[in-house]
Amino acid sequence: MDYVNAIILLLNYIFVPALAYGSQLALGAIFVTLIYGILRFANFATGDMMSFGTMFVILFTWYFQSVGISLGVFPTALLAIPFAIIFMVGYMLIIDKFVFKYYRIKKSPPVQLAMVSIGVMFVTQAVVRIIIGPSDRRFFDGEKFLIKAGEFKEMTGLNEGLAIKSTQVITIIVTLILVSTLFWFLNKTKTGKSMRAYSDNEDLALLSGIDPKKIVMTTWIIAGILATIGGALYGLDKSFKPFTYFNNMLPIFAAAIVGGIGNPFGAFLGGYVIAFSEILLTYAYRKFFMYVLPESMEPDGLIQLLSTDYKFAVSFSILVIVLLYRPSGIFKGKVL
Amino acid sequence: MRKNLNVIAAYSIMMGLIILVGIFQSWNIALSIFNLCLISAVMTMGANIQWGYAGLINFGIMGFTALGGLAAVLISVDPVQEAWSAGGSNILFSLVLIIAMVLAVRYILKNYKKSKNRTYIVAAIIILGIVIIRFISEPGIEAIENVEPAKTGFLGGLGLPIIFSWIVGAFFAGGLAFVIGKVALGLRADYLAIATLLISEIVIAIIKHEDWLTRGVKNVIGLKRPAPYEVNLQQTDWFIDLVEKFNSSKLNLITDITERQAALNQLVIEGSSIFVKLCYSGLFLIVVIILLILTQKALYSPWGRMMRAIRDNEEAANAMGKNVVKQHLLIFVLGSAIVGIAGAMLVTQDGLFTPGSYRPLRYTFLIWVMVIVGGSGNNFGAILGGFVVWFLWIEAAPIGLYLVNLTTAGLDDTHFLKVHLIESVPYFRFLMMGVGLLIIMRYRPKGILPEKIEIK
Repeated sequence: MDYVNAIILLLNYIFVPALAYGSQLALGAIFVTLIYGILRFANFATGDMMSFGTMFVILFTWYFQSVGISLGVFPTALLAIPFAIIFMVGYMLIIDKFVFKYYRIKKSPPVQLAMVSIGVMFVTQAVVRIIIGPSDRRFFDGEKFLIKAGEFKEMTGLNEGLAIKSTQVITIIVTLILVSTLFWFLNKTKTGKSMRAYSDNEDLALLSGIDPKKIVMTTWIIAGILATIGGALYGLDKSFKPFTYFNNMLPIFAAAIVGGIGNPFGAFLGGYVIAFSEILLTYAYRKFFMYVLPESMEPDGLIQLLSTDYKFAVSFSILVIVLLYRPSGIFKGKVL
Repeated sequence: MRKNLNVIAAYSIMMGLIILVGIFQSWNIALSIFNLCLISAVMTMGANIQWGYAGLINFGIMGFTALGGLAAVLISVDPVQEAWSAGGSNILFSLVLIIAMVLAVRYILKNYKKSKNRTYIVAAIIILGIVIIRFISEPGIEAIENVEPAKTGFLGGLGLPIIFSWIVGAFFAGGLAFVIGKVALGLRADYLAIATLLISEIVIAIIKHEDWLTRGVKNVIGLKRPAPYEVNLQQTDWFIDLVEKFNSSKLNLITDITERQAALNQLVIEGSSIFVKLCYSGLFLIVVIILLILTQKALYSPWGRMMRAIRDNEEAANAMGKNVVKQHLLIFVLGSAIVGIAGAMLVTQDGLFTPGSYRPLRYTFLIWVMVIVGGSGNNFGAILGGFVVWFLWIEAAPIGLYLVNLTTAGLDDTHFLKVHLIESVPYFRFLMMGVGLLIIMRYRPKGILPEKIEIK
């Protein structure tokens, strides 16, 4: 029985949260990797673009709530996402037209584009803060838990409860659907294939008649969808605060590079690698060992490898190690 | 003289703006803007050496700034004797162990050929070392943090004058840069940017959470000053005389003696804070001028020419027998050391060390905006960028408020849009920075004062 308790404990505190957090990171990482692979620059405005999309999700959620539309047990935000995506994609295409296009046509070095993206970062941040303000906002409604810890204990008669938040389930399901659609799109459709060809070898792709304008536009549209959904899921699960979103850029970058930048599948798995290692290394295993070990060997300390304060530091250290030993990432991306 | 006309014009306009702030707002504000402009200028010079001279992107400026600040604490705070006796030996022993571990790893890496076994042994040494060090340091850290947690709870520093920390800060930052450079400098440009950005976050995480060393988020306040204290100044005779002489015409208009005394007191209080700020300005100006002379000399030296050659064509420079890797490491260390000086200066001026306030937006990206806007590769441009951008960063709120009032003049004062816009005036500074950066990047990609190399 103790072993079952120990497993439930790990499920509750490590596996489920890490899976949800990893999915949110994975969406962001695919966003970064697509921009890097096709438009060829590191986008430092990632976090702020996600917060921009989430802002529209929140605004639409408020609007729907005010007119009395809701999805019952599901959060209203799910209904708001498609409308937000339209605005988000529009914003991205406008930015591309007025900012990035000039440098792309001039064939500026990637560094310059990265600098430009810092300018976009400042502007987006300002727009988000001016429209919705810098404070912490929760926009979740509907049923909060799928399984409550207490109910689970009653049901199974175990000591440990397993609580699954509905946002966690929604996050995982939506991510799986979105990512599998994306991979289907990239691998099976003509546009997707030409996108991959363009990312692989620009000149050769142009030579075989691929229209770069269409590729760039599709990339921004996909990026807009990913950023909005990723941001909205993170906001539903935790809360929306522009500053947190800006900081999330860092683990997202780490995930994209660990997975092999330019490689969407690598980015997808990289998100989980980062999330799991962050949580595994900073969890206090004391209770786990109390279940597993006999009473005489019970540990005194917390059995915590690193204090939770170093959560971010963990993912960055992994990044540094990957950089040193496998500069192209775990799943062969571009060698940088 | 004519060649430098645009430099002189740009600097006089900048000075004129600061003087205008002094006249219309107050001299206190003008001087605090000026001081922070000087500190920003030191930071931009550091970033400019790396980016402008050598083309290295360093997005870890925040980390080096924070290390400089840490140096200020470790140098100037008086040592906490109880903490040292409570846990000092454990900490020192851990330090010895860390050094031993690093030496052991170095020894293995140097003397054995690259193989799987070597990697495993190195990993085993590091993991074992970390476990042992944690085991030893933990009781020491706990003991130290329990020594009067509300007042100290850390080891304290050396109790030396804070000015020394400017040099020590440079060494701290340079040391960290050496380690980072060894690891990351082989990476391609935008990759290096991301790596340094993440490493600087790790540095901040350590400074925030190792309370025994830095007091962490509990902050260290009341650091020593290189300048006199206002309260002491207000009671010094020569200072009161000076203020009286300075304002004699104004004071002579007041005939009543008690009123005159009150007015004088007020002037002395104002004057004292201006005087302190002027002291800082003097100190900072000395640093800026020394650094400017050094960097200018370096720029026009054979070494500077070599750096530009490396920047513009790495392969060709390599083929000419220049050690690119070594020079990159050198310039990375030098630039970061200058940023470290700026970090120590910043903490010196504030008189407090708040690890929680180090944010990448303010200490990394804003500095980069300064370098790009001012003109990379040109020291005068970098300094000007520091001045212009910091000035706008501070004055953006009043300018934004003015613009909001202008554009919404037709609306009622209680109209929701107007109220909302006025509330969000502080965020106009982000908008201004972003739009400014984008415009400069597009229409004047070399900055306000572009790089100009004359062959002498």
